[in-house]
Parts: sequence; C-alpha cells; structure tokens
Amino acid sequence: MSSPHTGAETGALQSPPAVQVADLHKAFGDLEVLKGISLSANTGDVVAIIGGSGSGKSTMLRCINMLEMPTRGAISIKGETIEMKPDGRHGLQPANAKQLRRIRTRLAMVFQSFNLWQHMTVLGNIIEAPVHVMGVPRDEAIARAEKLLDRVGLSDKRDVYPAFLSGGQQQRAAIARALAVEPEVMLFDEPTSALDPELVGEVLAVIADLAREGRTMLLVTHEMKFAREVANHVVFLADGVIEEQGPPDVVYSAPKSERLQKFLATVQ
Amino acid sequence: MGPELRSWKEPHRLVLIAIGIGIIVFAAVNMRWDWLPRYSWRLVEGVGTTLWLLVLTSVLGFLLAVPLGLAQAAGPWLLAAPARAFCTVIRGTPLLLQLWLLYYGLGSLFAQYPEIRESWAWPYLRQAWPYGVLALTMSFAGYEGEVMRGAFAGVPKGELEAARAYGMSPLTSFRRIWLPRAIHRALPTLAGETVLQLKATPLVATITVVDVYAIISRVRQDTYLTYEPLLLLALIYMMLTGVLVLAFRWLEAKVPVKS
Repeated sequence: MSSPHTGAETGALQSPPAVQVADLHKAFGDLEVLKGISLSANTGDVVAIIGGSGSGKSTMLRCINMLEMPTRGAISIKGETIEMKPDGRHGLQPANAKQLRRIRTRLAMVFQSFNLWQHMTVLGNIIEAPVHVMGVPRDEAIARAEKLLDRVGLSDKRDVYPAFLSGGQQQRAAIARALAVEPEVMLFDEPTSALDPELVGEVLAVIADLAREGRTMLLVTHEMKFAREVANHVVFLADGVIEEQGPPDVVYSAPKSERLQKFLATVQ
Repeated sequence: MGPELRSWKEPHRLVLIAIGIGIIVFAAVNMRWDWLPRYSWRLVEGVGTTLWLLVLTSVLGFLLAVPLGLAQAAGPWLLAAPARAFCTVIRGTPLLLQLWLLYYGLGSLFAQYPEIRESWAWPYLRQAWPYGVLALTMSFAGYEGEVMRGAFAGVPKGELEAARAYGMSPLTSFRRIWLPRAIHRALPTLAGETVLQLKATPLVATITVVDVYAIISRVRQDTYLTYEPLLLLALIYMMLTGVLVLAFRWLEAKVPVKS
C-alpha cells in the first residue's frame, strides 16, 4: 500500500511510469492556466497533447521540466518525484537544484522556436550538454553526435552555424541535440509550428521515426493527422483541464465531449 | 564591411595607393626628418606605453563591464542601481576631468595620510601611471558596461531556456551560453570602442605619463617643428587603429553572422 511514489498506482513488479503528473496547477497571477491535471505516460508511450491555443498545453509541458514552476501538484520522472517547496507567494520553487538539473538531463525538450545556441556550430550544439553538463568525454560525444547527425540527415551541416540553416534543418539539429543526452523522455513543444509549410514534413518524419523506435515522448502539436498516426494516447486539453483522453482512434472517431467535437470540427 | 581579402589590385585601390605613395614621397622630400633617428628609440618606447595602457585598461575595463552590464540587465535593484549610476556618471563627464580628479584630487589626498605614504603601495601611488590606468579603466568599464547591458539583455530568452532545460546550472549557462553569446553580439561595438580607447590614451600625457603623444610633444618643443611630428603621430595612431580593426575582424569572423 505505502508506495514511495506519489499517488502512483504501480504494482510491485511494474516499473514506475516514465512521467507522472499529479494534480498540476499553474497560475500566472490571477490567471489560472492549469486547473488540476493528472497524467501518466509509461515507457515507450507516445502521448499527443492537443487543444486550442490558450488551453494550457504548452504550459503543462513546460511544467514537467520546470521551465515554468507549477503552483501546485507533483511531477515524477521514472518514479522520482521532483522536490519542490513553497516559494512564499502561493507558488512552488525547486527544493533541490541538483536533483532538478539531473532530472532535466533525462528529459529533453524540443522547442517551437528551436532555441539552438547561435554561437555554436550544429555539432557544438549537440555535444554541449553531454560534455559540459553530463561530463561525457569530448571525442566520445563527437562520435555519438555524428551518428545522430546522420540520423536526422544533417551530416553535411556538422560545422555550420544555426543561422545558416533552414527552419526545418534547425529543428532537426535541435532534435539531434535532444537525442544526444540519451533522454528517458522527450518533450516536444509544438515542434513544427514555427516552420514554413513545406518544411514541416521533414521534421515530422524524424519524429515519427523516433516514435517507431519506442521513444517515450510527450508531443504538444497542432498537427492532428500526425498526432493520430504516431501517438498511442491522445490528451485533449481545454481551459486548463483534461477534457478527454484515450487511444487516438477513439478520441478522433468517437469524441464524447462537445468541446472536443467542436475542436476536431474546426481543425479538420 | 566587406570580405577582407578582396584584391588590392582593383582600379580605385590602385589610385588610392598611388596617392598615398605620392604623399609619402612629398613628405619625405620636402619636410624635415633629420630629428627622427635621435628620437626613434624613445618613440618606440612611447608606442609601447600607449599599447600597454590600451591593452591593460581595455582588458580590466571589460572585466568590470561584464558585472556592470549583468547587474543592469538581470541583477536585483540593489546591484542594478549603483551599476547604472556608475555608467551614467562615467559617460556623462569628460574623461579628462575624471583623470584630473583622480590624479590631482585622489593623488594629493593620498599624500596627506602617513599610513598610505609609508605603505607598500606608495612607490606606485606617487607615480602618475596608476591614475591614468584607473581613469582609462573606469571610462572603458562605464561605456562597455552599457554595451554589455544591451548585449546581455539581447540574448534570446529561448537560448537561455534551452540551457536550463538541458540541465545547466546558472553558472554553466552563464559561462557557456549567456556570456559568449553576449560578447559575440557586442563585438562590433567593442571594436569601435577599443579604437576610441586608443585615441583616449594621449590624455594621460597631461598627468606626465610618457606615451607616444608625450614623446611627440617633446619633439615639437625641442625642434620647433609642427607638422612633421604631428603627421608622424597621426600615422602611428592610424597604423595602431588598423591593427586593432583587423584583430577584431578576425575575432568576429570566428562566428559568422548571416547578413
């Protein structure tokens, strides 16, 4: 009964979920963006998070690696709960900076606006966290980075600075940077929203490839068709709560809530 | 500025080179240069003094500018306000005034205290150059503190967020991302400011530091010549400026910027 994991309903032999979010709240001042979200993803799950703009889906994702501090709730990665303490202003703050940094290296985020470090080459971006955060020997990190570059189809861009790449290439480089830390969970925050339409495909192809190999991923996206193809679980967020969730076929073909029906009608 | 290795054999450059050679020949033939050998060694020493003043005060000034800029861009009010005040005062008053305040003001104040006069520092404090170094350093720090404030503030938030998301500590993120990114942004401005700093160095001659300008003044007093020494001085400063500009261009080229 007394499990060390917060609210995790894991059996003794089952491994803890890769990501467990419990009763997550987030407010910006008086504006409550997340109103109690609970969500769990097992290893190998691809969870697509959909919803209209302002539904809180990006905020939720950013709370998982604490780029936004939740105002309430708990987050565990592989059974390890991120330590938080009250910040004295009705919110929370990290209680253990070291633990948070260690957990962050096991999550890898791919941003809407790529956020590659512009003063480093593509290779420099990819080896940065392994070498300077995780302490991987440089030549080992380079060897691994070259494999990753090959995988995302950017071998010839190894020594190029991000500003000289197209959006699609930058995002693929950012995905290689994410893979370089060998993450347990990948967090995709609208990875194709900033791309020109003709560049979306090349990025989605890389993400689909990762989904197929069994990566655990949380994917905030507007690409409904793509979400349906790659995800094994779809979460529909509206107004800061999970309005509906389930396997993609059920959620897409037989939406129960009126809001989801409306949402699907407007985007399809 | 265009790519630096463009051929010098283009027509307009050849014309410029011809004019330059013409001026040099004219100056060599029609002007008096017999004093030059007598002062050559002192001139070299003077250039040396100018250069070390420039390098030392630029480096020290920049090291101060980083915290000054950081405090203003991201620091708490308690740090930001004094940093802003410092930059405002330095940028709002003439360097010559600062130099004289330090040398004649602080310098004579120090002399009134026996504790200072008997301390290990007195052999330095009774000379002029420490006040020159201090004034030039503070001046550079004041201007560059403002430049770095803008540079720090201008680094895209997303890149700093990515640093956090990949587990960097605040220190690592500063050292690996924020600072190098800010310096890179500030580099073109820093290049110009360093040239200005070079041209501010002759002010130290007014407090008896013997830089290249002081040597040239000496030549003028000794020989009653006006144009020749001043032309030579102009040439020397232009050559030093040229070296600085090339050095900064080389630095800037290390991380190319898409135009």
